Amino acid sequence: MMQSLYDRLKDRFNLGEFTGRRADLAFVTVSREQLRPLLLHLRDLEGFTHLVLLTAVDWIEDDTFQLTYLLNDRARARDIGVRLMLPRDDTQMDSIHDLWPTAATYQRELREMFGIDFPDSPRVNEDFILEGWVDIPPYRREFDTLRFARETYPERPGRETHDPATYMKQQLYPDGEDNG
Amino acid sequence: MKDELDKRLDNQPDGPERRGSLKDIPVREELLPRWVKGPEGQEYVVEPLQDYFCQAGPTVQTPAYTRIIEDLFNWARAESLWILGFGTGCGAIEMRPLMTPRFDAYRYGIQWRPTPRQANLFVISGYLSVKTLKRAIRSYEQMQNPKYVVGLGSCTINGGMYWDSYNTIKRLDDYLPVDLYITGCMPRPEALLQGFDDLKKLIRAGKAEGANHYAEHFDWYKANQKRVIKDWDMPDYSW
Ligand code: SF4
Repeated sequence: MMQSLYDRLKDRFNLGEFTGRRADLAFVTVSREQLRPLLLHLRDLEGFTHLVLLTAVDWIEDDTFQLTYLLNDRARARDIGVRLMLPRDDTQMDSIHDLWPTAATYQRELREMFGIDFPDSPRVNEDFILEGWVDIPPYRREFDTLRFARETYPERPGRETHDPATYMKQQLYPDGEDNG
Repeated sequence: MKDELDKRLDNQPDGPERRGSLKDIPVREELLPRWVKGPEGQEYVVEPLQDYFCQAGPTVQTPAYTRIIEDLFNWARAESLWILGFGTGCGAIEMRPLMTPRFDAYRYGIQWRPTPRQANLFVISGYLSVKTLKRAIRSYEQMQNPKYVVGLGSCTINGGMYWDSYNTIKRLDDYLPVDLYITGCMPRPEALLQGFDDLKKLIRAGKAEGANHYAEHFDWYKANQKRVIKDWDMPDYSW
């Protein structure tokens, strides 16, 4: 099902890598110029009317952010993920809130958590989940979460960590014997 | 607020560089001082944080003049614990079975109230993100004396499984005066009932003095709170 969809799409669009995950789920990579026409085509002509989510992955090793637009076709019960690679040093992206109003919320989140900007998206510059965040966006992988937590939130001394398997073994069989 | 962060960054090798990347947080527009025109055309300045809120801090509540009376008061206090219906973290879910027939906390004189003004027990029911902490502080301060705080679950004690989170505090007693902790992740309703029982004993023994501790060490608590809440846009004491 997804392969035939891909065959139809690739004549019209300049598509990148195609990954079929399941009979009803596939991913395809697209360039920034082709994103909007492709999404419109999928929405209006192929029946992918629902934007399930818009999220980002930080491939810091490759210096890119990957945006994933996951679309769902209810009638035929299938999903397609449209991937878009964004260079990490130019994190401006075109908003799609006019295609799906819900996208505005995702874009606000991406701006706050990854620092990916979507100019013109409604209320995109307002605080979303964090309040009074002063550091770099926390989902970027160069943000050192552990260090930040240690510096910012004082700890209570005396906290210990055990490996659950060895610890339980010691508790249950203190002389190292399993006599049961 | 931001100065605190600056100070800590100064002690680190890459401090100056990181400080350069810190954002400034603008004050919310409705909190800025502004000119207002009176009914007769006179103009004056309104400073919302100064003018709209009382500036007095909390006061210590002294015990009654004799021991017998104070014991009577404490007995009465212990027998009417009214919990503020404020849920945070996973533990808010434990409140439902507690207030419904299966565990029925009402039979111990414990009930839930919808507003801080009507409640005297604040159960912090799990991890607190900085954003929720802000609301928790305001709610706590609006509760009337005598009032008590119970910390529920590992998250309130030492961060629990959120110990390395970028956005949750790790020791509740740095920010609010905790009278009693209940351990577990998540404590079962039975543990909570046991905790309430222990709290009653503390109150009757006159040892649940959290609210007075808060009043006495108000500056210390405020400094801790402001260290993590970087957009402090509320009065210092919400009364
Ligand atoms: S202690 Fe456990 S159950 Fe409670 S808030 Fe933390 S993670 Fe959730």
